[in-house]
Amino acid sequence: MNLNKNLFTKKEEHIPTRNGFGEALVKAGKRDERVVALCADLTESTRIHHFKNAFPDRFIEVGVAEQNLVGVAAGMAHYGKIPFCASYATFSPGRSWDQCRVSVAYGENNVKIVGAHAGISVGPDGATHQALEDISLMRVLPNMTVIAPCDSHQAHAATLAAAKMNGPVYLRFTREKTPVMTTPKTPFKIGKAQVMREGTDLTIVATGPILYEALMTAEILAGNKKALAKLLERYPDIAQNVKKSKLHGHSMERAKETTQWTPVKIKKKIDEIGKLNIEVINVHTIKPLDHVTLKRSAKKTGLVMTVEEHQIHGGLRAAVAESLSLNYPTKIIPIGMPDSFGESGKPMELLEKYGMTAPWILQNILKTI
Amino acid sequence: MKTISDTKVQSLEKKAKAIRQDLINMLVEAGSGHSAGPLGMADIFTTLYFHTLRHDPKKPNDPNRDRLFLSNGHIAPVWYATLAHAGYLPKKEMLTTLRKLGTRLQGHPHKKGLPPIENPAGPLGQGISQAVGYALAAQMDGKKFETYCLMGDGELDEGQCWEAFMFAGNNKLHNLTVIIDRNNIQIDGDTEDVMPLASLRDKFEAFKFHVIDIDGHNMRDISDACNQARAIYEKPVCILAHTIPGKGVGYMEFDYTWHGKPPKPGREQDLALCDLRTLGGALCSEHE
Repeated sequence: MNLNKNLFTKKEEHIPTRNGFGEALVKAGKRDERVVALCADLTESTRIHHFKNAFPDRFIEVGVAEQNLVGVAAGMAHYGKIPFCASYATFSPGRSWDQCRVSVAYGENNVKIVGAHAGISVGPDGATHQALEDISLMRVLPNMTVIAPCDSHQAHAATLAAAKMNGPVYLRFTREKTPVMTTPKTPFKIGKAQVMREGTDLTIVATGPILYEALMTAEILAGNKKALAKLLERYPDIAQNVKKSKLHGHSMERAKETTQWTPVKIKKKIDEIGKLNIEVINVHTIKPLDHVTLKRSAKKTGLVMTVEEHQIHGGLRAAVAESLSLNYPTKIIPIGMPDSFGESGKPMELLEKYGMTAPWILQNILKTI
Repeated sequence: MKTISDTKVQSLEKKAKAIRQDLINMLVEAGSGHSAGPLGMADIFTTLYFHTLRHDPKKPNDPNRDRLFLSNGHIAPVWYATLAHAGYLPKKEMLTTLRKLGTRLQGHPHKKGLPPIENPAGPLGQGISQAVGYALAAQMDGKKFETYCLMGDGELDEGQCWEAFMFAGNNKLHNLTVIIDRNNIQIDGDTEDVMPLASLRDKFEAFKFHVIDIDGHNMRDISDACNQARAIYEKPVCILAHTIPGKGVGYMEFDYTWHGKPPKPGREQDLALCDLRTLGGALCSEHE
């Protein structure tokens, strides 16, 4: 797998996945004049404004009306256009799910539904704007393809692939600048999971930019000093902020355990675990799922962990569990949103508080192995 | 623009009567489905498919055909019956397969295998958005055909409808004609009791539509309104078709309880068919 050579170095780049989408959509528009873009009053933040500037006649403003957004897109697709309709994931497919179900999926209309600002890392806007249920909502729909790219390059590739593919696609993007893990040359094929790192002791399956935390953990446990340095850069600041914040709901018990991360404590955990050879799989396509790659890896390592910026129910974990329960029953440790709503905060603080960062992954490995 | 002769009106009225009779039989055979709406819309469907629409059953995928979207999917039986009479599917299939396993005639429509059907409909409000999207795409490409969308009045409770109307008005979709079945009933009662719609004319005008009120059982009214709609190039048109739910079957007319059930075989079926036979004159007294 072509990993980015700058990963975990000082030159590590951070770009939002939505940027990759915005640029690729213009390219898709140049390649195929049937491509049109629709937006529900969020043109710039969904990055669809690039398309609007390039092709003003093929951009459609729908206003704050997500149900109509998806319905109009379905009608345009039935006509023969290739519509990309964008909003925040909490609004579409959040509010427009019935339209996604009937007008798009049941109607077999070639619509690309773009959910931006997904995950808890959208941050200060708070729980209402943090889509943590969208993978689940979309993967239950027949005819729907569900893609959550891990970085901007992959978002770019996924957008072009979605434009080329005939059929409904859900594309999940995030707001924050996140590490660039792949290169423009990294192969991308819808439905084909990527083994980012081979290993024998444990399989971590991740989707979206949170893949970085999994890769980081794997590298640290393989003795990569640069990865460890990158992780420790964040502490103790984040941990202190989380510690000071009010703990509530389902997150409380888990957060209490490890909100006191310090570089010393993290290093101690790593020493306790010792060296591990972890396989990391990037499941950018949650549906259709790559059963073969998952089975092969589970057979090799015998233990699986899923990492997602999504509720631990119904999303990646559920998809992997459904697959392995049939093909190679394996214990699965879930990392994700612990059946809880989020709150306002900085992206890393939230990921930390709700248990989705590398120290949490370490903690869970230690508990299990 | 097509003008309509008295002879044509009479032949349309005969056709509508035959479609209503088939409707009763297909609903009885299906054992479930909606009666009042389909009967009330039979005259409009007949006029559209046998006079107004530019279409050819021999070329169902003709790119220049007029498009018809049904947004209140539950009145699909009248669509199926009309399509069968127009030659899009065998009458036997229409009379015997509605709502049955493996049928093309789903309880609520799906386009699969039946070309004149443009959209999936069932959850209300979704057909209009699709029609609006279709009309917009056609307008972008400078197409000449008209896109029709048929809707119920109870359906207008759905917020999505108004999102779509606002969009259509704002985009000046002159190639879109919306026909509202203003029959004043919905499942739980009269529309003005359940959730009053009050003046639809005012509402649609506020949403930048040209509005035409018609008697939805008068073929000439229907035809004239559609002609006018096609001629208007500034804005989308809304035809408020005032209809009688259950039209033609005495015991169903104006009775909201017939919104969502079929007549039973035996007495109810016989009575309905008898009404349709004898009320033939009353339905079209103006021209016979």
